Formats: sequence, structure tokens, C-alpha cells
Amino acid sequence: MAGKAVLTGTHFMNGDEACCEGALAAGCRFFAGYPITPATEVAERMSRRLPQVGGVFVQMEDEIASMAAILGGSWGGAKSMTSTSGPGYSLMLENIGLGLCTETPCVVCNVQRAGPSTGLPTLVGQGDMMQARWGSHGVYEVIAVAPASPQEMFDFTIKAFNLSEEFRLPVTILADEVVGHMNERVVVPPADQIVVKDRLKPTVPKESYLPYQPGPYGVAPMANAGDGYYMHVTGLTHDERGYPGMDAATQVEMTTRLRDKIQNNLERILDYDTVMLDDAEVAVVAYGISARSARGAVLAARERGLKVGLIKLNVVWPFPEQFFRELAPKVKAMIMPEINLGQMVLELERVVGGRCPVELVAHPGGAIITPDRIIKAVQAALEEKP
Amino acid sequence: MSAQAQAAPQAAHPQDELLRTDRIPHIWCSGCGIGIAFGSLMAAIAKCDTPRDDISVVSGIGCTGRLAGYIHLDSFHTTHGRAIPFATGLHLTRPQNKVIVASGDGDLLAIGGNHFIHAARRNVDLTVICVNNFNYGMTGGQLAPSTPFGAKTTTTPMGSPDEPFNFCALAAACGATYVARWTALHIRRLTTAISEAMNKKGFSFVEVIAPCPTAFGRRNKIRRSLDLLRFYYERSVVKNHLAPGEATIDFDNKLVVGKFVDIERPTYLDQYDMVNRGELEAWPATGVDASAAGQRKAG
Repeated sequence: MAGKAVLTGTHFMNGDEACCEGALAAGCRFFAGYPITPATEVAERMSRRLPQVGGVFVQMEDEIASMAAILGGSWGGAKSMTSTSGPGYSLMLENIGLGLCTETPCVVCNVQRAGPSTGLPTLVGQGDMMQARWGSHGVYEVIAVAPASPQEMFDFTIKAFNLSEEFRLPVTILADEVVGHMNERVVVPPADQIVVKDRLKPTVPKESYLPYQPGPYGVAPMANAGDGYYMHVTGLTHDERGYPGMDAATQVEMTTRLRDKIQNNLERILDYDTVMLDDAEVAVVAYGISARSARGAVLAARERGLKVGLIKLNVVWPFPEQFFRELAPKVKAMIMPEINLGQMVLELERVVGGRCPVELVAHPGGAIITPDRIIKAVQAALEEKP
Repeated sequence: MSAQAQAAPQAAHPQDELLRTDRIPHIWCSGCGIGIAFGSLMAAIAKCDTPRDDISVVSGIGCTGRLAGYIHLDSFHTTHGRAIPFATGLHLTRPQNKVIVASGDGDLLAIGGNHFIHAARRNVDLTVICVNNFNYGMTGGQLAPSTPFGAKTTTTPMGSPDEPFNFCALAAACGATYVARWTALHIRRLTTAISEAMNKKGFSFVEVIAPCPTAFGRRNKIRRSLDLLRFYYERSVVKNHLAPGEATIDFDNKLVVGKFVDIERPTYLDQYDMVNRGELEAWPATGVDASAAGQRKAG
């Protein structure tokens, strides 16, 4: 039952399905998951597609097990992935922490629905943004991407795998129900035009290998199980040998490494698009499905002569702090629509630091934010006396 | 450090090759049974034909969970209760890997109980070694899923009101292909059991009844490790091939040890490969006669 890993061509598919194709194109060969609306289609397609390309799919007993299994799968040498929604993501955060601590590359696709708790299983939400940043206990950096279309579900899943391999950590795809279930055109390029990155492998002799010694750009090369390095991998605070060190000094050393590998490589990680920002007096800042509404609002407002631009965050974590600090004095206001009661807007406010007003256009979930609400917020901001 | 180095014996231990000697001394208390289980595991690995590069050891959290940190192989010390699903991913992506899960009873069968039963049901090719010391040792001796009814722990100060699990019966009921229980004084039989479990295809399970004098014995008036070892050993009766449900841990009458299950069953990957080759008959094998059903409906 052989099949192609890269389905080069033009397709009409939903975001969840596009996520699968992105994963396979990026080299994903192991998926462990648990069904949950609105991410089930990811697992369903992976169960069909992975055996076609020599990969393995396993449906686990819960999301805790799913996350643990993909960490094991990654150490087994396979690019590994799971998918879920809010309730499952809450369960996964335990082992996402293990993945962050042990620097294990893998991808978690969270197709967000409205919460808290079981919430609105079939309807959209963007309420897990801060959870993705801070939800696992302790001190760490994360990377998360936010696709706004089925095409971006394909593209950003590849991006998520590449970032996870390059920086050795679980990367979260913060999708949402509308993006996951929306059917649109998805173009899959030829395989040789897709950039695929793989984890750095150790090149030193086995006796001198230190599994957590930062290599080029601050990331340690990673041996897989079976490579003969006999590494020890632990969720305890550990030193460069991977050995537990139960003291503050080892904690400082390890967490500094986890922070620096992200913070010292922001130029390789940060990603945002700008639309008509050059002469904008008001900047709309948006991500995921809300960036689609925001784009519509910005284009409509421009037709009415309003000087407004859009910043669409493709990578939401880490947050592009420097960019917004520099933008703040150049605009009258920033407006952020999001399908929660204010999460990423807190980060924006922190970064802007009062240099311009920041307005939230909020919806608690169950529906997208319509462009007219954003246009009204733009008008109000422009009418505000300085 | 230098005092320790001076005090260390000069001669190499025969199992040094499998030890991360740079991590010794270990954290386990004197009189702990984990060292015996660890020694048996290393003896079984030393005899095993599998290349060392293809053996991985995975543990969860707790005293036994620290075992992965001392073995000189690819070794993974994961989260509390999650060693089995982690090991599942490690095995499924690298089937030539012989993956050994070594952890405690609380880790594997309380917080990890759900993973245990489902891995056994799927028959993932793992060797699971459970060191059962009847309490949570690492955190100072609390109630475990194995704590005998009436035994004292720090969270059951008047005696445990809980009925304990019979892990071997559970493993067998869930489909394990190999199930055995020995005490830490049955060293040769324990080593043989671990060897057999490692060579067995499918989900194999070995329970080791081990003394924890520091946390469990102390609160139950058996403070010396040797007394605790003898307490378990003297009450044990060997009953190989006994129905696992009857293999009780009864401290008044009989603490049953032995090899209870040794069967053949296709593993998860055997079946996964078979169904994906399209070799499976449609389910159900005896299909419903749609025309007959239609007639009944019409009638």
C-alpha cells in the first residue's frame, strides 16, 4: 500500500487534512494521538496516510500517553507528532514539559475550540494562547506558530517541524476550529522545493559526547536511541552530561541554555507579515483565524481612506518584542482582535509599554470576530484626540 | 569527593561495564531491594544476545525510577507514570530496540495504571519490571496501590483501608504474554525471569517483591532489611503456572511467587503490519446477509 509522502499538486482540503500533508512532507513518520473535536481529522488522515509511507500510527489511551509516546518516538529517531484540542492540550502539558526539559523535537497541533473545560467542542476559540506559553510548570521558552488558512496549516506544519528539529523542542501549532475545518485550496509544491531541516547529529567520538553541550547556534547535537552513545535523558534538572544535578547552579545553567537557544536566535525564529503598514496610523495585530477577519477589515478600511495596516503573527511565541517596541511610537494605536477575553494583547501591552494605546477586540469563543467590529475599533482609535 | 574516591574499592565490580560508575554512589537507602532487582536486570542484560546499542531502559518517577540513571545504556527517566507510553513510542519507531521499562508499583500501576493496561492489551513488545515495595518510598512512605490492607503508611496512619491490586492478575487479564513474580531473595529465579521476559515477544511483566525498610518496614515494625526480606521469602510459596487470579500476596498464609503466564500472542506491530498489508479478512468474518435483513424489514 505504498503512497507518496508529498502529494504535489493543487488540492481542496480542510486545515486538519492539510496539517497531515505538511507533517508528511516535513518527514513525520510517527503519530500517537487521541480523538478530539475539532482535531480528529488530523488523526484520521494520519492513520490512513502513515502506513502508506512506512510510518506508524497509534491511537493511545489518552492525551498524556500520546504526548509521552511522541517523545519516545522522537528519541527513536522518527519525526513525531500528535494533535488535539484544549482539553487534550491540558493533559499534554505535563509531557510537553518533559520534552522542553529533555530538548526533544516534536510537534503538537492544538486545534483550539472554545473553553474553559469541555466548552464548545465544535466551535472556534483562541483561548489556549497563554497556556501554550506558560501552561507547563517551571521555567522555559517555547515556539508556537498560528496558521490562518488550510494552506498555512500545510506550510506552518512544515515550519513547526523544522523549528522543532533546529531548536530541539516541542513546537505547538496553535490552530483553531475554523482553520481546521475550513475547506480551501491547498497547493503542495514538488518535494524538492520543500525545505526540510533535520536535527544536528553528534560528530564527536562517543566517549567525549556531551548530550546537552550547546553546539553551533547554542543547540546541542542529538543522538538517537540505538546510535551507540548511551545517553541518559532525564526530566530532572541536568548538566551537559545529561546527569541530574540537584542544586541551584545546575538549574541556572540548564534554564539559561533553554532560554538562550531561543532568545539568541530570534532572527531565525520570528515570523510575521505586514500589510499596508508603511503609512498606517493604526496597526491591527492579529493571528490565526482572527488575522483573516483583520485582513478583511484593513482592506475595507483602506477603501474608506482610513490609514490602517495589519501585522499578522505567524510565529506567536516567541513574541516579536523589538518590532513592536519600535513600531509603537510611529502609530496612534494598536488593535488586537482575539477569540478570548484578552491574552496576546497582554503581551502586546507589556511590550508597547504605554508608548501607544492598545485596544482589545474580544470574543469569548463560539464565533469568529467579524471585520466590522475591527473597523469600528479602527475608526474609534483614529477619532481619538492625541 | 576525594574522601569518597579514597574509600572506593580498587577492584572493578563485574557489572561495572553496565553501570554509569561516574554516578555512584547511588541514592538508594541501605537495605533497599532495588539494588537486587537492578543486579538481576544487569545479569540478564549481560546474558542477552541483543546488541547493547539496541537495548534501552525507560523508567518513570520514584526510587526505582532512578534506575535508568545508573545503567550505561540509552536510558530515559521520564515523567511520573508515563514510562510505558514513552517506551511505546521508542519501540514503535525503532522495532529492533529491546525496550525495558523498570519502575515502581506506584509509578506503573497507580498514576500509570491506565497506560499499563492498554500497553498490555495492545501487546506492545516491552519488558516491564515492577519493583513492588508496598509504598511510595521516594516521598517518605505513603499509601501505594500495593499497600496491604491494614498496613501503616504516612497517609494511612491507622492502617490502610484500601484493598491492594494483584498486579500479576491484572497483567494477565490485560493480555501480557509473560507474567512472573519473585521476591528479592529469589535472585537466580528472578534473573531467569527477567531473561525470559526480555526474550519474550510482546508485553512481558516481572514483579519483584522488594524490601523498603526505611519507609515501609519502619512503620510496620520490621525495621531491618534482612527481617523484611525473610518476612517475604518465608511466606512465599512457588506455584508456577497457577492461574494469576489465585496468585495472591497473602502475608498470613501464602505469598505466591512463580511464573504464571508464558504464552504466544501477536504483538501490536505484528498486527499493525498485517492489517496494513491488507491481509486481514473483512470484519465480521461471517457477514450479515443484507438481502435477508431487507426482506425481514419489508415483511
